[in-house]
Amino acid sequence: MNNFLTASNVVKQFANHLALDKVSIDVPEGSIFGLLGPNGAGKTTLIRIITQITAPDEGEVLFRGKKMTMEDVYHIGYLPEERGLYKKMKVGEQALYLVQLKGMSRTDGLKKLKYWFEKFEIQSWWDKKVEELSKGMAQKVQFIVTVLHDPKLLIFDEPFTGFDPINTNLVKNEILRLRDNGATIVFSTHIMASVEEICDHIALINKGKTILDGNIDQIRARFKPDTYELKFKGDAQTLRRALDSGIEILEEPTRGDVGHLILKQQRRMPVREMVTAINSTVDIISFEEVIPSMNDIFIRAVEGTNHQQ
Amino acid sequence: MNKINLIIQREYTTRVKKKSFIIMTLLTPVLLAALIFIPGYLVTKEDNQTKVIAVIDKTNITQGAIPQTDYMKFEYVTGAEVETIKNNFDKSGYYAILYIPENVLVSSKVQLYSNQQTTVGVNEHIVKALDGFFTNIKLKNENVPLDIMQRIATNINVDTIQWTSTGEEKSGSAEIVLFIGYISGFLMYMFIFMFGAQVMRGVMEEKSNRIVEVIISSIKPFQLMMGKVVGIALVGLTQFVIWIALTFGIFYGTKYVLLEKSDSKPTTSVTANIMEKGNTGMAQAANTGKYEEMFKEISGKFSAVNFPLIIGCFLFFFIGGYLLYASLFASVGSAVDNDTDTQQFMLPITIPILLGLFVMMNAMQSPNSSIAVIFSLIPLTSPIVMMARVPYGVPYWQLGLSAFLLIITFMGTIWMAGKIYRTGILMYGKKVNYRELWKWLKYKN
Repeated sequence: MNNFLTASNVVKQFANHLALDKVSIDVPEGSIFGLLGPNGAGKTTLIRIITQITAPDEGEVLFRGKKMTMEDVYHIGYLPEERGLYKKMKVGEQALYLVQLKGMSRTDGLKKLKYWFEKFEIQSWWDKKVEELSKGMAQKVQFIVTVLHDPKLLIFDEPFTGFDPINTNLVKNEILRLRDNGATIVFSTHIMASVEEICDHIALINKGKTILDGNIDQIRARFKPDTYELKFKGDAQTLRRALDSGIEILEEPTRGDVGHLILKQQRRMPVREMVTAINSTVDIISFEEVIPSMNDIFIRAVEGTNHQQ
Repeated sequence: MNKINLIIQREYTTRVKKKSFIIMTLLTPVLLAALIFIPGYLVTKEDNQTKVIAVIDKTNITQGAIPQTDYMKFEYVTGAEVETIKNNFDKSGYYAILYIPENVLVSSKVQLYSNQQTTVGVNEHIVKALDGFFTNIKLKNENVPLDIMQRIATNINVDTIQWTSTGEEKSGSAEIVLFIGYISGFLMYMFIFMFGAQVMRGVMEEKSNRIVEVIISSIKPFQLMMGKVVGIALVGLTQFVIWIALTFGIFYGTKYVLLEKSDSKPTTSVTANIMEKGNTGMAQAANTGKYEEMFKEISGKFSAVNFPLIIGCFLFFFIGGYLLYASLFASVGSAVDNDTDTQQFMLPITIPILLGLFVMMNAMQSPNSSIAVIFSLIPLTSPIVMMARVPYGVPYWQLGLSAFLLIITFMGTIWMAGKIYRTGILMYGKKVNYRELWKWLKYKN
């Protein structure tokens, strides 16, 4: 496969435990790739291997088809989970220092910083010391510094922690815009709602192993429990009798006048037949397939592998 | 390389721009000079409060033997006893009572009574005057003629002359060599400790600020560590150069103020002054002469000291010793989460430095004792101990061997520190012990 970023069979052994056990991921170009997993699964270790901070014991990381080297890190923008700034340094000065470390010239860096500071409406912070900023404010500065040098690959480790809903939205939109401008984005998070919203692909890691990976829609389809949610008007008893064969009623949440059932399809009964059967007895308000949330998938997949051991 | 320069630049400028650095750099030489000059100056300087001292002279011969000064008057009281003046002391306005007993020539003792501790200035003045006076009387009693007395007055000064392997002779002064050895050894100790600890604090700051991972995503951990070490070394060198410049500046400045100013007065007016003001003028002229002599002596003695060699050695041993210890300090800083955890790792670093300081104290007295020689070769103590020996002259093979061992060792500690640092900076919330550090050393990457 000719992917933008590939990690293949990466193994990393720490003194007492195996952090990564033959983990492979494929990140297609121009996508947003969610790296998921419970705490201590090895996400951060994998990210550190991708960013060349640590080296794997086995396996390799390919960047645009070639083995990743130290030179490639200038094409990476990395926002680590453990992130901070020098407290005593001024915001502008420090941002300039960090982007210069990424290989930008002073004048370019200054110009771009001005642009981003205006965009985020934080020009007044330029001469403030970092210790005067709140955590969320500092995060904004860190975000800007990460994306400023137009990296081809962006890696965000828990980018939304510390942001209020307004700023979370701001950053989320910024991430989407960066993808639309051609950047490839890897991000790890615990917030599953944000995964559903912005990820194209995911990999779920647990105990150093990849337990799930691929296109997010395909994964969700794969975890479909073949259940449907029905809302209707009419007599529930008649409906029950009509559904007798082939359809199982899982739940019956009662909510006011509107009938509400969660149905499970059995024996691969075609959906059209289900609808016909229902339609002949009650008035359908809505009928839709239940798509599992990433939250459910996460819990099921992780617990599934935990039980196996 | 470009990136390392950025790190060095940041480490350097943020420290040099600090107010505490500027104040310390400018003030230390002034304080040091003040520490040397002021106590001496204060002791010799008279109080500007007039003190009248009652003299009860049972020998009846000392009248006029103790010269009056601007602030010290001696009043001979005849027929009174110490007790009677004592009873009226407050009303009398006397500062003290000088009692010269009849048998002073035998006992060599006089008493100075007062209701307060008399100053050193007063005591010295009396001792100096009476010493000379009674010596002269004794000599006279032994029938020694006046001209012989003047001829035998001696004041011995030892000029030490050292010959080198080339047969060249240098005159020097043991005290000056001792003094320079002490100052440079102590300065070395201070610099290594101070700037080494700064490296540690810098590393801990980056770790606890959580900025370190942001930085090492664009630069290798080893480069970050070395950038910090080099940046702080430059801060130390800057301070050293400024101190050297200021010290010489203050020395020549003081010399100019004290000498050139009084030199510019024509001699005649000085003589006129003496005529007019008597004692005061004489004292002034004597002072100028004294300063001139002092400076001549000091510069004479210092001129025998090989400053280029000492400064060169200081720079080399500072860089070597600093690299050795700073890398150790850096690895400690990387391994811990907060100040309190540093204790267990600081001890093995502090002990050799302190040992170096103690041996240095010994080495500046006996620079060629076997202890001094051995410890000036062992890399952990050599920078401090060697500096105390250098002013005395050290065989070149010893300097060379010491330098060689130091270079080998600091390369080793830097390599080791790099390994510990790389793992340590990304390790949070873990109590680290020596076994853990050993494991980190063995990690491949």
